[in-house]
Amino acid sequence: MELTSRETWTIIHGLALGTFFLLAFGGGLAGLWSLRPGLVTTTGIKERMRRLYVGSSVMAGVAWLTVITGTWVVYPWYRAQLSPVGEDTYAGCAGHILPSTTCSPRDFLKSNVSGQTDNWHQFGMEWKEHVSWAAPILATAAAFLIIYYGPRLISRPWLRMAVIVMFVGAFAAAVVGGAFGAFLNKVAPIV
Amino acid sequence: MAVTEHHGMEEVPELASLNMADKPDGPAAAAMVAAGIGIFVLGLLTTLAVPWTDLKDFLADFQLGQGVGPLAGKTTLTAIAFFVSWAALHYRWRDKDVDLKKMFNIGLVLGLLGALGTFPPFFERF
Repeated sequence: MELTSRETWTIIHGLALGTFFLLAFGGGLAGLWSLRPGLVTTTGIKERMRRLYVGSSVMAGVAWLTVITGTWVVYPWYRAQLSPVGEDTYAGCAGHILPSTTCSPRDFLKSNVSGQTDNWHQFGMEWKEHVSWAAPILATAAAFLIIYYGPRLISRPWLRMAVIVMFVGAFAAAVVGGAFGAFLNKVAPIV
Repeated sequence: MAVTEHHGMEEVPELASLNMADKPDGPAAAAMVAAGIGIFVLGLLTTLAVPWTDLKDFLADFQLGQGVGPLAGKTTLTAIAFFVSWAALHYRWRDKDVDLKKMFNIGLVLGLLGALGTFPPFFERF
């Protein structure tokens, strides 16, 4: 039982970092949601805030690591042009049912050699590769607001809700990236 | 500008014993607007790179031979726009109170426009 270098990186990018992101988001959202007057004691506030500072910072850090590894490590393997120069762009994909050493996942999807697959690239990958970068930006700004205001968020419900909107926005962008990443790796895995 | 009592503050007895001084809203506004600017730049570059091949080639120059293509430039410039605008706005508003709701709405509109710019059925129209 072993994993290739590429499989290891796709697991780090999608599964490991994605799991940390989800855990940090779930904990952070629950913490933010219940950060209301009457729900936490003074001692509880101190304990709750420490967790929120760590959780939101981890979520932001993990989001940056996810998009950086996705863009600079995994994506080049996805979009590689493997057909020899001068040949038809998708010549290396003829007769394949999965990407191979002569047919990158992008070429495989765009070539439609195994069903109508080009929309997975045109819609799924094109959306995922761009919008995912909104996740670390929103998560970083939200983490800053949580750390900057700290317990003061309890007395400012509107501001707390604004932070939740940014937090959920980061999650939504990550869901698009994560969901399409999982689907694409099923339809056209990195090999 | 001096820090003032913020609107929307509720009386919270649990916070009284923590003796926390009020903080200016400027740094928070800077983070909100910078996030909007970052996402807007991402959407703008994604959309403009479709019809504008010179821009697409310029964005691909950021890939440093790694095979990332134009996405390298789009994301690098997005990160630069986010952090530089954040630093500049933070410096400008660091000890000021600004209209936080207005700044949040500005950031929100910029962010939504940016997100629209990354949506393939939108940018493929150009």
